[in-house]
Amino acid sequence: MEEYRKVILEYVIEEYLEDEDEELEYDSPLISGGIVDSFSMVSLKRFLETKYKINLPDDRATEETFDTVNSIVELVTEFVNKK
Amino acid sequence: MGYSDKVRNVLQNELQGIEDAGIFKKERFIHSLQAADIEVEFPLGSSLKKVINMCSNNYLGLSSHQEVIKAAHDGLNHRGYGMSSVRFICGTQDIHRELENRVTEFLGTEDTILFPSCMDANTGVFEAFMTKEDVMISDRLVHASIIDGIRLSPALRDTFKHSNMKHLESKLQLHADRRLKVVITDGVFSMDGDTAKLDEMVALCEKYDAMLFVDDSHSSGFIGKTGRGTHEKYNVIGKIDIITTTFGKALGGASGGCVSGRKEIVEMCRQKARPYLFSNTMAPVVVSGVLKVFDLIRGNTERRDKLEENANFWRKGLSDAGFVLKDGDTPIVPVMLFNAKLAQDFSRDLYDEGIYAIGFFFPVVPKAQARIRTQISAGHEIHHLEKALKAFIKIGKKYNILGKTKKEIIAMYGR
Ligand SMILES: Cc1ncc(COP(=O)(O)O)c(C=O)c1O
Repeated sequence: MEEYRKVILEYVIEEYLEDEDEELEYDSPLISGGIVDSFSMVSLKRFLETKYKINLPDDRATEETFDTVNSIVELVTEFVNKK
Repeated sequence: MGYSDKVRNVLQNELQGIEDAGIFKKERFIHSLQAADIEVEFPLGSSLKKVINMCSNNYLGLSSHQEVIKAAHDGLNHRGYGMSSVRFICGTQDIHRELENRVTEFLGTEDTILFPSCMDANTGVFEAFMTKEDVMISDRLVHASIIDGIRLSPALRDTFKHSNMKHLESKLQLHADRRLKVVITDGVFSMDGDTAKLDEMVALCEKYDAMLFVDDSHSSGFIGKTGRGTHEKYNVIGKIDIITTTFGKALGGASGGCVSGRKEIVEMCRQKARPYLFSNTMAPVVVSGVLKVFDLIRGNTERRDKLEENANFWRKGLSDAGFVLKDGDTPIVPVMLFNAKLAQDFSRDLYDEGIYAIGFFFPVVPKAQARIRTQISAGHEIHHLEKALKAFIKIGKKYNILGKTKKEIIAMYGR
């Protein structure tokens, strides 16, 4: 879990933040907070799927689930455990 | 009728929420022609106030130009008031095709199709030729109308960091397997006033066999040596596959827009773009006015040159005074205040000084990026700009932000 959290947070910072002094926590709202726009979810989803060799169905990869690093980690864990 | 009290309450609460958030928009009534000097009724019912307009898209000062007005009158007399039809039924006059040809020649493209507005052009174009097998990769700061257009298309969506070519290249690699790829950007970004690096983007698009889409609404008529747009500035005329632009800003300011570019894409729009097929044709009077605008600017760079001088004067004046600006070299000059309330207070104080410039904040611009967006016109004279500068400096002193950095301003006022 902790490992996923670190990797995913790092990816989100690298991929979405423009400004070095912006800060991001595990529970910062990503989509509702205007950090990740809904169009860019594609690349986040693609990243998770390749990195963890899972398949996230569209009805689970929703804007709500993708709204914080914590909830993304929950989703990823669920699908990794199912493998 | 199902408009019960319950329904009304839902909406009233929503409106109240907008007011409470301090982002409720109120119109200001202008009782004069659009120009550098305008007379405004604001708040509603108050007596008219003469102010200098620093926030219109009237970049070339042609919105109330006598020759454009006369051409519109002539058009009204000879081609009538309305056509009462969409283009493809019985709404196409000779002058519609003439305008399309003029735009094609001016932008250096293969063909052009008119739309009721550039919003319509942007919402219609992607859906007209892209399918699920394709991908649209857009700059994260593109205009809202493009975002709507992207939403309406079934193609895969992705974005790249604003003007970040490395990030764009990684996205082109990520989506290399798609049938059609289109990279989407504004030419001049309307909120920031910077320009897309079209030379680098063209090179990347050639390397990865992607099309390039540019919305040049805030460029057509004045960016580039002869005002053709950002593709002229970056020396890539003929290499932009799709250009959309508006006649509602520099090019007369009335209304109308177009898609101009590869002839197959223009033809796909004629066959399939919904705002073209299902919304009325551009009014003959407006088409006649825009044709005159092209007469006025073809082979005559006086206006765009004056605009450039004005914009340089303004940018330097603000910068020397110690304001934080966004980098750029266009007539859009955002004065950064970062905090939404500060932007609103600043705008209100400017208005008291006779300067009309509006504050922008989230969700129109990203959080903690509130600003006053100023827009320069060839219709401004130096005395307008000097008066406006004085007012900006006075208010800047009042809030103690002159010479302060972004960090210092945020420390004082918050994000
Ligand atoms: C970049 C951009 N594209 C498109 C539009 C829409 O143009 P129109 O007013 O013709 O619909 C605007 C206007 O706000 C704009 O700024």
